[in-house]
Amino acid sequence: MAKQYVDMNTPVIEMRNIVKRFGDFVANDGINLTVHKGEIHAILGENGAGKSTLMNQLYGLLKPTSGDILVNGKRIVMNNPRDAIDAGIGMVHQHFMLVQPFTVTENIVLGTEPTKGISLDMATARKNVVEISERYGLSIDPDAKIEDISVGMQQRVEILKALYRGADILILDEPTSSLTPQEITELIAIMHNLVKDGKSIIIITHKLKEIKESADFCTIIRMGKYIDTVDVEKVDENDLASMMVGRKVTFKVDKPEQEPGDVVLDVKDLHCLDYRGIEIVKGLNLQVRRGEIVGIAGIDGNGQTELVEVITGLRKGTKGQVLVNGTDVFNKPPAFGFQHGVSSIPADRQKHGLVLDFSIEDNLILQNYEKDPFARKSVLQRDPIFTHASKSIEKYDIRPSGSEKRPAGTLSGGNQQKVIIAREVQNDKDLLIAVNPTRGLDVGAIEYVHKYIVDQRNKGKAVLLVSFELDEIMSLSDIIDVIFDGQIVASIPGKDANENDLGLMMAGGGKKA
Amino acid sequence: MTKNKGFLDIISENRFIHILLSILLGFLVGAVFLVIMNLSVSAAYGRLINSVTSLKGFSYVVVYSVPYIVVGLSVAFSFKTGVFNIGAEGQFVVGSMAAACTGILAGNLPKPILIPLCFLAAMAAGALWGIIVGVLKTKWGINEVLSMIMFNWIAFYLSNFIAGIPAIKNDGSAEATKNIADNASLLFSKDFIKSAGLAPTANWGFIIAIVATLLVWFIIEKTTLGFELKAVGSNKFAAEYAGINVNRSILTALAISGALAGLAGALQVMGMGKRISIFTSQEGFGFAGIVVALIGCSNPFGVLVAGLFYGALMYGGSKLNLEGVPTQLINVIVGTVVFFIAISVIFENLNRLKSRANRNAEAAAIKKAEEKKEAKS
Repeated sequence: MAKQYVDMNTPVIEMRNIVKRFGDFVANDGINLTVHKGEIHAILGENGAGKSTLMNQLYGLLKPTSGDILVNGKRIVMNNPRDAIDAGIGMVHQHFMLVQPFTVTENIVLGTEPTKGISLDMATARKNVVEISERYGLSIDPDAKIEDISVGMQQRVEILKALYRGADILILDEPTSSLTPQEITELIAIMHNLVKDGKSIIIITHKLKEIKESADFCTIIRMGKYIDTVDVEKVDENDLASMMVGRKVTFKVDKPEQEPGDVVLDVKDLHCLDYRGIEIVKGLNLQVRRGEIVGIAGIDGNGQTELVEVITGLRKGTKGQVLVNGTDVFNKPPAFGFQHGVSSIPADRQKHGLVLDFSIEDNLILQNYEKDPFARKSVLQRDPIFTHASKSIEKYDIRPSGSEKRPAGTLSGGNQQKVIIAREVQNDKDLLIAVNPTRGLDVGAIEYVHKYIVDQRNKGKAVLLVSFELDEIMSLSDIIDVIFDGQIVASIPGKDANENDLGLMMAGGGKKA
Repeated sequence: MTKNKGFLDIISENRFIHILLSILLGFLVGAVFLVIMNLSVSAAYGRLINSVTSLKGFSYVVVYSVPYIVVGLSVAFSFKTGVFNIGAEGQFVVGSMAAACTGILAGNLPKPILIPLCFLAAMAAGALWGIIVGVLKTKWGINEVLSMIMFNWIAFYLSNFIAGIPAIKNDGSAEATKNIADNASLLFSKDFIKSAGLAPTANWGFIIAIVATLLVWFIIEKTTLGFELKAVGSNKFAAEYAGINVNRSILTALAISGALAGLAGALQVMGMGKRISIFTSQEGFGFAGIVVALIGCSNPFGVLVAGLFYGALMYGGSKLNLEGVPTQLINVIVGTVVFFIAISVIFENLNRLKSRANRNAEAAAIKKAEEKKEAKS
């Protein structure tokens, strides 16, 4: 983008020499950030580099240990998000801050509800919400409850919430991590519309491609330290990546040719209902063989989430068969599937993947706590558990090191994901199901995750990959199955795929397989 | 920022100090009431302390504390496993009644058989009371807190009903059950009590309370069962995803918690009470268990200490009227202690205020230094 809306004479946000300590740990060590009116400014850094910490200070959730924050040229001290909202700052968090049993409308207007006399005027609220969602092209179901909608839709609600409050400066923490390629394109268009209106956007992301596509400037942070602020037009993706991780990064996934073996997962004529009781998987057929990665490409809401839930035993199907090495695991509890060879990296790592109050070492044995050497005669053996954790932390680069006894909830999102991957890969089951395995991860971490997934394939395991990242699907899959409206509508070899054809088929333009 | 931690930092980070402070505040508020009532603070608290620090007094405290410790363990166990056992009261009542009935009806069995049998009956009754609520929850999704409160009342009236059955009811005029057989009693021998100068109700209960404490700690911290129950308590979705049977875990947690509350009831009737009266209102051991679990931070050893503290207040409090002080003062103190423990939020906020003040001071200092610099140049 050509900085056409940036007013270089009007800085709206200036963060000067920000230092934030937690005890002895320095999360931010002298960070500077200047954002101008009409600018899209990307903050780039690895998981745990201190990006979210920096933004939480700008949004009044944390207070800097030292340093100044200036909004529209005035030094301000923010004690809580209310102060930030009053200063015209809005934030969309990576982990959503939504009230689960409330509807979309209720969440968006929360705190600024329109009233009629002393009662809530939900009709007006609903109207406002529909209006604003149409204006920005973010489609939502205003009456759905948050607990019933997908991660992608929850993200849209968060973005709308900030817009509804009339924020002039929007902080988006990993906003695209759960969106489909089409939605990302739409979001970038929305962002451009917003800066055209004179708003400013700070976007935290790991995705170099999106930075190139959307941002004017980019500030890089590494291990809490300020590295540089660059003009995005003047750098390429490789420059950004190496500035971020401090070493050369390879994007290409190395994947030797190999002949697939026997069928491990065989899904036959599967049907199931979604949360509303409407059929969403409609007679789906799917096979995954040993030594191959089958990628499911599709737009969120076409049944892929429910498909995985049925295979892993979290959701009851209405009809069909799910054979794993010939054993039917259809409508059996998760433990049954696990015993018969299913391991999985769930889409929602904080809900299904981890017990956040538990230590890393305990999370790493969540399915194997009863097995030797972790338990003998029903008594947990702390030494082998600790050793197992130490090895996993080292092998899977879980940071910070030495965090065996720390609660999983204290890790950054990317490192939480690494814990799950370490666990599931080491379970060494015949079938690995990975749902958005690199969501919210930086390029360095993505490289590791992809390597481990491909390793499983090379070892002769069957891998089912569900991802909203087309790039990920295309670079990893041996076979790409396109899901649309609850069925696999096309099945093509990964090497023959291109983004345009896939996009068309995902939108329903493909032939039935 | 300096590395030295302020007073408020320590409180918000250290549960132990926080609880000690809450206890102190409880006594402070108690003192305020004493002053308002124009009573001597030193006389009242002096009596309280004196009555629990002599050998005999302390042996009373230990005797009093046993049921509180064990029912506290019951509630603490439920907290750790993510169910809130507000039904400990009912489980305590059915447990004590089961132990009493066994001790009355099977009174001619020898001691080594009868005592374990009474414990078993009490624990089974308590566990059953917990499991019923658990089944209501897991099968039909009925909120456990509601059904537990109902089952507390069912237990209460059931106990009063059983106490009135001719085979159980006291032969005399007392509105209570018969006394349990001597073979079901946990009392130390009379000679030992006399020669050691202990309370006449001194009994083996405390040893059992210590064993129960160790056992609960072991289950929670060391076993795969504890791991499973804690996982379900913290995040049932992840537990289910990992293949743990969530409903079975909830039932197990409630059964164990119920069994502990039932055991507490047995210890009460076999140690001190000997019989169960027909009550007009709930005795409140189960609710006291919640207090004890809170003060003990749901840690088994914490509960052991908290139970002793609670027992000391109960016994010491019963001596307060010797100083003309209403025994209800103890309720004021306990209530205040719980209040301050529950509102740890206040301490956290104070801490925040203080760090804000710190920062302002820091900013002022920096400004001053800068001004100095400017003045020099």
